Amino acid sequence: MFNFKHEWIEKNVGLMLIATMIAISIGGLVEIAPLFFIKETVEKVDGVRPYTPLESRGRDIYVREGCYLCHSQMIRPFRDEALRYGHYSLAAESKYDHPFQWGSKRTGPDLARVGNKYSNDWHVQHLIDPKSMVPPSVMPRYPWLQTTALDYSDIAERLKALRQVGVPYSLTQGEYDRNVKDFGADVAATLHIPDAQKNLIAQAQSGNFDGDRSNVSEMDALVAYLQVLGTMVDFSKYDNDEFVKFR
Amino acid sequence: MSQQKPQTVQTTGHVWDEDLQEYNNPLPSWWLIGFYVTVLMSLIYWMIYPAWPVGKHFTTGFSTVTYINDKGAEKSSHWNTRAQLMKDMNEAALAQKPYFDKVTATPFEQIAKDPELTSFINSAGKAIFSDNCAPCHQSGGQGKVGHFANLTDDDWLYGGTHEKIQESIAKGRHGYMPAFKEVLNKEQLDNLAHYVASLSGEKADAAKVKAGDALFHGDAAACYYCHDNSGKGRQAMGSANLTDKIWLWADVPGQDSDEKKIEAIRLVIANGLTRGVMPAWETRLNPEQIKLLSVYVHGLGGGTK
Ligand code: HEC
Ligand code: HEC
Ligand code: HEC
Repeated sequence: MFNFKHEWIEKNVGLMLIATMIAISIGGLVEIAPLFFIKETVEKVDGVRPYTPLESRGRDIYVREGCYLCHSQMIRPFRDEALRYGHYSLAAESKYDHPFQWGSKRTGPDLARVGNKYSNDWHVQHLIDPKSMVPPSVMPRYPWLQTTALDYSDIAERLKALRQVGVPYSLTQGEYDRNVKDFGADVAATLHIPDAQKNLIAQAQSGNFDGDRSNVSEMDALVAYLQVLGTMVDFSKYDNDEFVKFR
Repeated sequence: MSQQKPQTVQTTGHVWDEDLQEYNNPLPSWWLIGFYVTVLMSLIYWMIYPAWPVGKHFTTGFSTVTYINDKGAEKSSHWNTRAQLMKDMNEAALAQKPYFDKVTATPFEQIAKDPELTSFINSAGKAIFSDNCAPCHQSGGQGKVGHFANLTDDDWLYGGTHEKIQESIAKGRHGYMPAFKEVLNKEQLDNLAHYVASLSGEKADAAKVKAGDALFHGDAAACYYCHDNSGKGRQAMGSANLTDKIWLWADVPGQDSDEKKIEAIRLVIANGLTRGVMPAWETRLNPEQIKLLSVYVHGLGGGTK
């Protein structure tokens, strides 16, 4: 009858490839798939919203410059991390991140709650020359961010792409109304794709993140992004063990 | 290869390139036993800890963690890292409680008299300061001219008493001075810069100082409104003392010529100041930590009564 031989797989690269992929997928599926069904995976919590157009461009720059290679954005539920960085990260806090920036390398500190910890001025000086703020720092300099104008011509397309993968940016009146209901009118306005450019410029002007109102620089976007990290959830509204029940 | 092993062990039976074969030795028994022990251990783990998904939930295991939350309620949960963290924090808080209770209970002026408490504050304060304050105020608290206030001298923008320092840390500060380049012309700015330089004994042109004096105390520029008639500033609004040799924004000591010193002052007056942002820490640090830091900062060298 059917006589299985190792030799078939070992001598046939194509078959070997397919068999390997099947074996790995099983491992992945067993670990990942249940998380989509377990109801506690993503915590129920108020305040988490998608990034504004400016923050979203800042995040693109964060990814482009490879900041994630040295910085994680995932505070684990350990005592030393709680003392240094604050409340542990919730899954809900990165539900609109595509892809998330949890990272696994910490040459520098975790950035999940760096928002509002420093002033805009500090971030700007630190990104231009980290050693000028923290003398022993090994973080590289990013002086061009301050002098490079932000390219936001394609911001609507970028937000549309995120909308495709499920981030609730709105294109239609119906989606906009849904966002007003979910996030309130102020936030909903920043998520409306037809107004994306206008909103991006307005936020850069009023926030004046890079200390120079005359243009919208990449620094404006990156600092706007850093300043919102970890600030969306107001933990003072919850008991300090609120999120234990989601595990 | 002169000596070939005799063909006593089994091979897998595969033959490549005519004579390449693969031995099929049995695994060493110590290894096999180890393997089965780990399999057995996984069974025990499944029973103790959260393990298998079941529908919309999962098997939680029979191990539990008991902790006390911030409302003082004792709670119990199946074992998980978040509950375990609560328990760890409880235990740590318990160990530090005697000290923190003492920090909270002891009035500021008594703390310095208690050597044990002082040494606790110095070591705990240094750790909190390094994580949160040093990136701006630098590791010794000496600050940075042009950006961040010096905390080691006795020149305070907002006041150097324990209470004022505590307020600075908890609520944050934001110094604001308007830009004068649109209100005043170049000559007026120049005169003012000479006048301000003269206040702290820097070299300045006497005629310009006189004109600047009039501007400073007149209503067109109204510097006196914030910096006081004396030029010593008002701590209620954090306006700098202009009569001492300590500068935060205008880098006067860093300049090598008198003209450049005047220019540094002129630039500050022309452009105004909005960058002086000290974040509020009451959302990040708890009241005991803030009180502890106030004592630590007060003790860096410049604290006043
Ligand atoms: C080579 C590794 C490396 C890279 C790449 C890097 N950093 Fe850093 N970063 C560090 C180190 C080390 C520190 C700690 C010392 C310091 O504050 O400069 C740090 C500190 C920081 C801090 C302060 C965090 C805190 O809580 O004090 C911020 C914010 C930051 N980095 C942002 C960035 C951004 C944004 C990028 C990308 C543009 C970036 N870093 C790229 C290594 C890196
Ligand atoms: C983002 C940078 C930044 C960080 C981080 C920071 N500070 Fe400040 N701090 C400032 C600035 C800027 C000022 C001056 C404010 C002004 O110019 O109005 C200041 C002022 C102060 C003052 C008042 C000084 C005076 O002369 O009255 C105290 C006290 C102080 N900081 C303590 C702290 C402590 C303690 C921490 C850590 C918990 C801390 N700061 C963290 C930027 C910072
Ligand atoms: C609205 C109040 C206000 C007015 C009006 C004002 N200042 Fe100021 N000034 C401040 C404050 C507040 C600071 C400190 C800002 C900080 O630390 O963030 C300051 C800082 C300065 C400094 C920098 C001191 C240093 O240590 O580097 C100079 C110089 C100065 N003022 C000069 C003037 C002159 C000259 C005028 C009049 C043309 C003037 N100021 C009017 C509020 C004011």
